[in-house]
Formats: sequence, C-alpha cells, structure tokens
Amino acid sequence: MEGIRVENASYSYDNGYIAVDNVSLEIKKGENLAIIGQNGAGKTTLVKMFNGLLRPQKGKIYVDNEDVSNLTVAQISRKVGYVFQNPGEQIFNPTVYDEIAYTPRYFKLKEKEVAQKVQDAAELCNIIDYLKLNPYDLPFSLRKFVTIASVIAMGTEHIILDEPTAGQDLFGLEQQKKIIKELLKRGKTVITITHDMEFVAENFSRVIVMTDKKIVADKNKRAIFWDFEILKKSSIKQLYVSMLAKELAMKNNVISIDEFIHEVTKK
Amino acid sequence: MKALEVRNVTYKYPIARTNVLENISFSVNKGEFVAIVGKNGCGKTTLCNILRGFIPSFHQGKFAGTVLINEKNIKQMSMGEIAVAIGFVFQNPFIQVSGIKHSVFNEVAYGLENLGIDREEMIGRTEQILKDLKMNDLRDKHPVELSGGQRQRVALASVLVMDPDILIIDEPTSQLDPQSTEKVFEIIRLLKERNKTIILVEHKIDLISEYADRVILIDDKRIVFDDLTQKVLVNKKVLSYGVNLPQVAKLGIKFEEQTDFRLDYIPSVLTDAINVFKKYV
Ligand SMILES: Nc1ncnc2c1ncn2[C@@H]1O[C@H](COP(=O)(O)OP(=O)(O)OP(=O)(O)O)[C@@H](O)[C@H]1O
Ligand SMILES: Nc1ncnc2c1ncn2[C@@H]1O[C@H](COP(=O)(O)OP(=O)(O)OP(=O)(O)O)[C@@H](O)[C@H]1O
Ligand SMILES: [Mg+2]
Ligand SMILES: [Mg+2]
Repeated sequence: MEGIRVENASYSYDNGYIAVDNVSLEIKKGENLAIIGQNGAGKTTLVKMFNGLLRPQKGKIYVDNEDVSNLTVAQISRKVGYVFQNPGEQIFNPTVYDEIAYTPRYFKLKEKEVAQKVQDAAELCNIIDYLKLNPYDLPFSLRKFVTIASVIAMGTEHIILDEPTAGQDLFGLEQQKKIIKELLKRGKTVITITHDMEFVAENFSRVIVMTDKKIVADKNKRAIFWDFEILKKSSIKQLYVSMLAKELAMKNNVISIDEFIHEVTKK
Repeated sequence: MKALEVRNVTYKYPIARTNVLENISFSVNKGEFVAIVGKNGCGKTTLCNILRGFIPSFHQGKFAGTVLINEKNIKQMSMGEIAVAIGFVFQNPFIQVSGIKHSVFNEVAYGLENLGIDREEMIGRTEQILKDLKMNDLRDKHPVELSGGQRQRVALASVLVMDPDILIIDEPTSQLDPQSTEKVFEIIRLLKERNKTIILVEHKIDLISEYADRVILIDDKRIVFDDLTQKVLVNKKVLSYGVNLPQVAKLGIKFEEQTDFRLDYIPSVLTDAINVFKKYV
C-alpha cells in the first residue's frame, strides 16, 4: 500500500518521557485527514516520526512500503514533507524566496526549475508579494504560509501541516482550504493537525483523536463530534451548532449550519 | 476611572511606506474586558505595543498621539512603572520563556523572584496559578521540553502570577486545545470580577462572544467597530473584514436568508440561540 503505515510505534524523549505509546495507524496515499486532541497528547511527536525527524524506539514506520529506519532523514524528506508547528524551527533563509527555493536547490534542480517551483508554491500560498522580504519581517500568520510554501516546493507525495490554523483570520483559513484542496487534486496525502473544530468539520471526514500518548478514536467526524466520552477525554468541544442541536434535543447529530437549517425546515 | 486611553494615535513603521494605524482613539474603563479583532496584519499587535509604550520607545518610525495609563500620560512614566501597571503576554508563545529556569514551576515564579517577593508568598502564588490553569502535571518539566500548547500556558501563567491591574494579552490561546482555551477565558472572567482591566487580541470569535464586554474591530488603519459584543458580532459586515462571526450568529443570519421565518433577534451566544430557536424545533 502506498502511504504511511505505523506499527506499534512508541517514542520517548531523552529525558525518558514517553510521548507516544504503542500507536498503530494506516494512511493511504491521497487521503485527507485531521489529527486532533489535547495539548501534550503527542500529535507533533507522532507526525515527526513520519518524516524521520524523530525515530521510534519501538515499532515501525513504513512510507510507501519502505521501512524508514533504513532511510536517512534526507531520503525520507523526499517522500514526506512536514510543516513545523513553530515556524521559527523551520525558517533559516534570509528571504522568503530563498526559503522556498532551499530544497529544490538542494536537490540540484536547475535555477529555472527552482524558480518554477517557487512560483507555484508561492502562488498557491498567496505570498507572491513577499518573496524578496525577510521571513521574520512578516507577521506570524504569514510566516506560516512561507513554511507551507517551502514544503509544497519540496514536491513530496505526503504533506503534514502542524497547526496551520493557529492565529489565522478568515481569509487565511480560506486560503488553507484552497491549498488542501489543490494538494489533494494533485494526488497528495494531506495530514492536518489542528485545534479548530469548525475547520475540521468543514474540511475533513476522517478524524484521528489523540489523548495521553495514544490514539483514542479514528472515525468519521460526525461520530467524533457526538461521542461525548471521547470529547471529554480529549479536551475537544462540540461545534456550537451541535451544542445548540443537543440543547434543543434535535435528531440526526448535526455538525453544520446547513444541516441544522435542513433539520428545522424539512417538515 | 479610565484604565487606558488612546487619543488620535497614528504610527508608521520606519521602513513602511504607509501608516499602520491612523487616528485611533478609544478608552477602556477599569474592570472592562475588551477584545481587539481584525484580519492578520491589521495592526493589533502594533496597537498592543503602543499601549505598553514599546512603540515609540523602542521603535523608530513616526508616532503621533497620546496614550494614558490610569489617566497618566505614558510619556511621563518609566518602563519600570509601565511594567508594574501592565502585564503583557506576547503573541508568539515560542519566544516568551526566560531560558534560565529549569522547571515550569521556577519559570512561572521567576517574575516574582525578580521583584524580591517573599519566598512563601512566591510559592503560594505560583502554586495557585498552576492550579488555576490546570498545569500541575507540568510543574517539574523543563520549559524547553514542552508541546506548543503547554508553552503557551506557561507564558500566560508567568504574567498572570504577577497579578497586574491591567492585562494586555496577544492571542493567548492560538495553540491551545478547545478545553484549555475555554479555561483561559474563564480565568479572564474571574480577573474581570476582581476589577482587572483586560485587553485581549483573539481570533476565536465564539469565545469572545461568550465572554468579552466590548469588541473593537480594526481594518485599514482605522477602528471600524467599537461597541458592545452582542451588537458587533451579529453584523454580517464583520465577515467582510476577515473576522469570523460566532457560529450561532452565522446560523441565525443564514436561517433568515434561506427561510421565511424571522427570528426575534440574531443570537451571538449559545443561550440566546436556544431562546430564539426553541420555537422552531
Ligand atoms: N523535547 C522534548 N523533550 C521532552 N519532552 C517533550 C519534548 N517535546 C515534547 N515533550 C513532551 O511530550 C508530550 C507530547 O508533546 P507533543 O509536542 O507531541 O504534543 P502535541 O500533542 O503536539 O501538543 P500541542 O497540541 O500542545 O502541540 C508533551 O507532554 C511534552 O511535554
Ligand atoms: N517591525 C516592523 N517593521 C515594519 N513593519 C512591521 C513591523 N511589525 C509589523 N509590521 C507591519 O505592520 C502591520 C501590522 O502588523 P501587526 O503585527 O500589528 O498585525 P496583527 O494585526 O497583529 O496581525 P496578526 O493577526 O497576524 O498577529 C503588518 O503589515 C506588518 O507587516
Ligand atoms: Mg503539537
Ligand atoms: Mg498580532
């Protein structure tokens, strides 16, 4: 199977703290899913194992059927691109252009091809106007798009976005929706970690919930948003339309404004 | 009494071609909880830096206008005086740890230690804030060994523990899970009950709507809305400024657009939504 397969993976940090405990999951190439769950659950730690930034002490990670423990970080990063939660850990070039061009240049592409990749990624992320600027002169919210563009320019088949929605305004969220759609159209796998439940309800069907080092649910968003035990255990909240529907004892577990209106008006 | 006042403030960053803020005026009463909203890059953080005197003191550029803290002109105050009057939480949670302390507990206590607060009181206050923010399990962790959301809570705790009368908080929940976010808003409400003044920059509009007294919306250098929360956050125009509306308000607006029903009013909070919708269910 092309995609990412995790078999009983565990990770503990140098201080001995176990952050991911015996987790297994399968993500097919071209899939679009969200990972949600409480702060400190182990989401970032888990996905950093997908691209070799962290190596599990126990268990296996397979990317496109290859055991990644046999690959170097440079080799894995041709397959899996990771957009850091903290842009400060990722950005180190003096201009936005150089930052996005870094990996294509590292792959020794011709400058013309590099320019094409930068153009494509910057257009998709709507940051064409900032290519000459220092990434650190941009506000935090735009800096996130610089890091997304860099990963898109790498051209990997699997892309992980760690908290892209944090601090974004409505236009930024719209842009991210577009980016995810376009990447899926190009056949990419997109894995998004987010705390924004409205964004989850609008953009994904499969949702993985992590709590306390483990995956506690992996199912359709509707099932998640109406599973009160899971919600409580993993510090998630229902959407406001769902809370309203619950208070009004409505049927059919609504998770969107349109569904709510439909329920009220159908009779 | 006015805790903060801004009169005709205009500012241009040194390398910028145009002003970032123009002719901004508003005031905040002691004990008020005001949310500042606006699209990315509209100048919210800039305004926070103006309110705490960081601009123009540490930034070149062109500044005009007056800022008063507790009715005293900020120009007549030293940075030390301002720091005692105002607690400030930075937008980027990844930078606001001291780098000196080896445990979350000591990190949070660090500001009190600097003030020379008596040891027992220091421990007591730190214990309390860790408890309030549900951070007890983090107390012995090293500040650099924290997840994104955990770091953000440490940054907030380090400022709250100082117990300032005015708090300016720039996106304190951007990395937080939904329950921790709610917790932060609950704590802000408790601070307000103790007559603290709070300026909060946030994008999480559903929570602003449930908790804040007043909303100031900035766009294109100016204040475009400054009114009670329940008046601003039901106005469809807000969306055109890149600011979300509470989901229940969007529901109300769409419901009226798509059906022949007229609601008593557009709800901005859950309890109001229950009231206006119950007759339809
Ligand atoms: N470098 C590190 N050394 C030791 N422990 C760490 C380190 N980084 C993270 N941890 C711990 O591992 C756990 C999981 O962290 P991780 O960053 O994976 O969480 P997360 O689910 O991404 O949380 P958030 O939603 O806050 O980003 C946390 O309890 C954290 O304190
Ligand atoms: N030091 C600086 N020098 C020049 N321009 C700056 C500087 N800091 C910010 N700006 C610019 O001023 C404008 C306002 O930035 P500010 O950070 O105040 O916005 P914001 O509303 O806080 O945005 P966000 O929601 O992304 O945090 C932006 O266009 C930004 O690029
Ligand atoms: Mg994380
Ligand atoms: Mg800001």
